Amino acid sequence: MTSNFTIPKFRLPGFVAALGQKLPQWPHAVTLTLGLNAALKMGLLPEGDLAALDDKLFRVRVHDTGGEASFTYRGGLFRPVFRPQREPDLAFAANLSAYLQLLARQEDPDTLFFSRELEITGDTELGLIVKNMLDAVEWPQLRLPLRGH
Amino acid sequence: MPALPDLVCPAGSLPALKAAVDNGADAVYLGYKNDTNARNFAGLNFDPKTMADGIRYAHAKGREVLLAINTFPQAGRVADWQRAVDAAVDQGVDAIILADVGLLDYARNRHPQQRLHLSVQGSATSYEAINFCQREFGIRRAVLPRVLTLAQVENVIRNTTVEIEVFGFGSLCVMNEGRCWLSSYACGESPNTVGACSPAKYVKWDKKPGAMETRLNGVLIDRFGDDEPAGYPTLCKGRFEVQGETYYALEEPTSLNVLSILPDIVKIGVSAIKVEGRQRSPAYVTQVTRTLRAALDSLAAGGERYHVKPAWQAELAKVSEGSQATLGAYNRPWR
Ligand code: SF4
Repeated sequence: MTSNFTIPKFRLPGFVAALGQKLPQWPHAVTLTLGLNAALKMGLLPEGDLAALDDKLFRVRVHDTGGEASFTYRGGLFRPVFRPQREPDLAFAANLSAYLQLLARQEDPDTLFFSRELEITGDTELGLIVKNMLDAVEWPQLRLPLRGH
Repeated sequence: MPALPDLVCPAGSLPALKAAVDNGADAVYLGYKNDTNARNFAGLNFDPKTMADGIRYAHAKGREVLLAINTFPQAGRVADWQRAVDAAVDQGVDAIILADVGLLDYARNRHPQQRLHLSVQGSATSYEAINFCQREFGIRRAVLPRVLTLAQVENVIRNTTVEIEVFGFGSLCVMNEGRCWLSSYACGESPNTVGACSPAKYVKWDKKPGAMETRLNGVLIDRFGDDEPAGYPTLCKGRFEVQGETYYALEEPTSLNVLSILPDIVKIGVSAIKVEGRQRSPAYVTQVTRTLRAALDSLAAGGERYHVKPAWQAELAKVSEGSQATLGAYNRPWR
């Protein structure tokens, strides 16, 4: 992989989403919460800000894979929620490429939001806390191989 | 050609600070995690520990750290702001950016050795105001509000020995910088009272079929069609009905971008160029810092042959609010 490989903006074909919606949704939620809990364990997420997430319901939706994950933060851990009984406090929706660009710190969430590639709905302040919390994380070994420099 | 101005970049977090330093900022500016700075948003900014780490990182690479304490002390709580000044001096920041004259006076008397800058929030647009702050408080630099034309900036520089810093890129906060109360009109809180314009707890993004609505404390600010770019939820960038027409009556959601007039800015002797955006992510800081560094370096190398590369414009356009750019007041015909 070249050293300045960047993630292009892409959209998966429609049938992927149609297929994705037919698959059970829980694997996404499990993977996501496992990752978040790992970050917690490494002390990457600031404790002061975590309190604001207590008992909140989050939903991450990937338009072009049809995937969706709901989870909450309770008792110091992120936990998947398989059958949410209410509207989430905070919901994200975007295509897969947008999430990948965010994770690789290749694009800024505000940029994606301005260009309408990232949808954020629900409690705006909670959204800001989550965004700023993730921005402030200093990923140690997790340097994504996707992006050299 | 006069010396190249310093490139001053925003840092809302430690990764953003490192991104600025690594991509060629000469200085970074930041704030404490409280209402002593005008970007007091949840989860943003530095506590004493991350600030110490940040200062160490920047200094190791020979860059400066400027600390913004740029809100106005609230009644009964002046000591909080004074303590922030003391802490900043203790931590060894290169300069403190202040807006309030009372606080400037405090800093000057308590810490005579500390370098002080006058914040854009101080709203000094004339050389008289700037020279007054130099005489009374010994300020070394003043950040000019984004309301002056280039000729006016030049006139200020000709008539003062205080270093002049101007905005080079970022979202526009129009007109009465340091005095804007629009946000209070809708929600009772403004930059100068709580350190944030349009605090997030009052903002609601409502997704409707075919459109998204933005409300600030219930007040409808704008409605975006699915293919329209969005902007920040501030009143100055809302669309309002004025005499039967609905449009951006105060300001379009755009970003300031001075690349095309960079040679002029350098020629008139500006000391520093500032990038807006402490609320933005490390990715933004990387993109903007890298681009402006490249432009400044190409100006230093090429002088007369400087031209704006399409790739720079594309990179900056992408991160811009409303995905548009403007020269703002710099080339406005009226004053
Ligand atoms: S309403 Fe607009 S001009 Fe006023 S402080 Fe907020 S961003 Fe600045």
